[in-house]
Amino acid sequence: MAKRKSKKDFEPRIVLFACNWCSYAGADTAGISRIQYSPHFRVIRTMCSGRVHPSFVIKAFRLGADGVLITGCHFGDCHYIFGNHKAVEKFETTKKLVKLLGLEEGRIGLEWISAAEGVRFGKVMDEFVERVRKLGPSPLTDGKRP
Amino acid sequence: MIENAARITKQAKAFYCLECGKCTANCPVSRFNHDYSPRMMLSRLLTGEMDELVADEKLYTCLACGMCRVRCPSDVRYGELMLLTRIEAHRLGHEPNLSHGGILQEIMRIHAADKLHQDRGDWLGGDVQTAAEGELLYFGGCLPYFDAVFEDIGVEAGRIGRSAVRLLNAVGITPAVLPNERCCGHDLLWAGDHKNFIELMNHNIEAITAAGAKRVVTSCAECYRTLALDYPRFGGKIGFEVLHISQLLGERLADLEGQLGAAGGKVTFQDPCRLGRHMGVYEPPRQLLGAIPGLEVLEMRHNRQASICCGTSAWINCDMYSKQIQIGRLREAEQAGAGTVVTACPKCYIHFTCATSEKRGEPQVDVKIQDLCVLLAESLGAK
Repeated sequence: MAKRKSKKDFEPRIVLFACNWCSYAGADTAGISRIQYSPHFRVIRTMCSGRVHPSFVIKAFRLGADGVLITGCHFGDCHYIFGNHKAVEKFETTKKLVKLLGLEEGRIGLEWISAAEGVRFGKVMDEFVERVRKLGPSPLTDGKRP
Repeated sequence: MIENAARITKQAKAFYCLECGKCTANCPVSRFNHDYSPRMMLSRLLTGEMDELVADEKLYTCLACGMCRVRCPSDVRYGELMLLTRIEAHRLGHEPNLSHGGILQEIMRIHAADKLHQDRGDWLGGDVQTAAEGELLYFGGCLPYFDAVFEDIGVEAGRIGRSAVRLLNAVGITPAVLPNERCCGHDLLWAGDHKNFIELMNHNIEAITAAGAKRVVTSCAECYRTLALDYPRFGGKIGFEVLHISQLLGERLADLEGQLGAAGGKVTFQDPCRLGRHMGVYEPPRQLLGAIPGLEVLEMRHNRQASICCGTSAWINCDMYSKQIQIGRLREAEQAGAGTVVTACPKCYIHFTCATSEKRGEPQVDVKIQDLCVLLAESLGAK
């Protein structure tokens, strides 16, 4: 990546947790349908959004992420029936911890994307990248890789 | 590897081992987990099995409660041995299985980052007096984080901090509180993460010195041990005295005594390992409890130096054996006739609260868990 000089040419680094059954397949659909969207994220596939423990999110921030997005199936669609409800519970804890650590709440997100929603996948990514871009580099790294 | 094993053996005085087995006989974990034996662990080190030892998960079973060292006829420092071996294991890339998905260690590692600016908000509440600088500093540690992580089992750790500052105010002290105070590093050190521990130590010493503190008071037994013992040992130059809040309030008991209101009930005191066996503080918390009018203080069968650990340490090794230790200890409190177990360490408070939580099914014991500071502050409010 080219060296960045100011906040203006800041390109956020985003970690995306995608569930195996819906959102990861949604990303696939977006690719197959040749939808254009921001390329700023690294995808980590988890079996369920409920598997994304707050520690994963905190670790991502420690290793230099500017934002972390968790995606899963819509309510009622979860492959494990209540997995995404667990994800919501865990996300509440994550929000509190992220706030305590002095990071902005906008740096984390929880979204539901089904396997068929390729267009929505692209839209969600663009919106999230824009949101993090506005917030600037993570205060923990100040734009530098730790 | 062999040199490291020799160094660890020497530092922990493991050569003095007589193989009498008193450590295993007294170990609270070995009582339930028959696969774990401190004597075997030690003899494995002495017979040159260091390679296997560092990769063994049993290395993280030890609670470092210090019971074996108290009973050892040759004063072998078994806790020290575990600590040094864990540091060696971490250096070689072995990671323990961490409880709670490793969230607490992650928080502590992120605390070690240079550019951390925490937003602790108004965690101490508006009704207490604090200052930015001062002779006496209150070190709260991770309390607001515990509230966020353990909300589901009804932990109110922030209350311990609020109560501690209220008590300090009551004896006429306005303590300094660091807005960006970091974890003391205890749990990272005992998980073997020496590097991040040193980072945390340097940050904390710098911040405490900058606040002009001559005395540091903690409400956590583990912070107390780490600041007082481990910081100087691992090369930190501390120009301040470290006290546990029970010691400071014990000194000022005359000021506090008149303000304490009556409270009923029967309580017993759980000696935290870090406060009791590690630091030798047994009587100040009991004096404070005795100062509350109307409160009956009972003793469990195992008390003071023989006190049994709360079953888990450094957020590493929580398993069914931990729960058995916890329930066993709480049954002892029940047998002593106490309705409330009072402790002076937030970790003991959290672990016992978890053991009695309804989330774990029908509670097996009928005792309440309370922190010493919270109990004292409640009695302060009763008058």
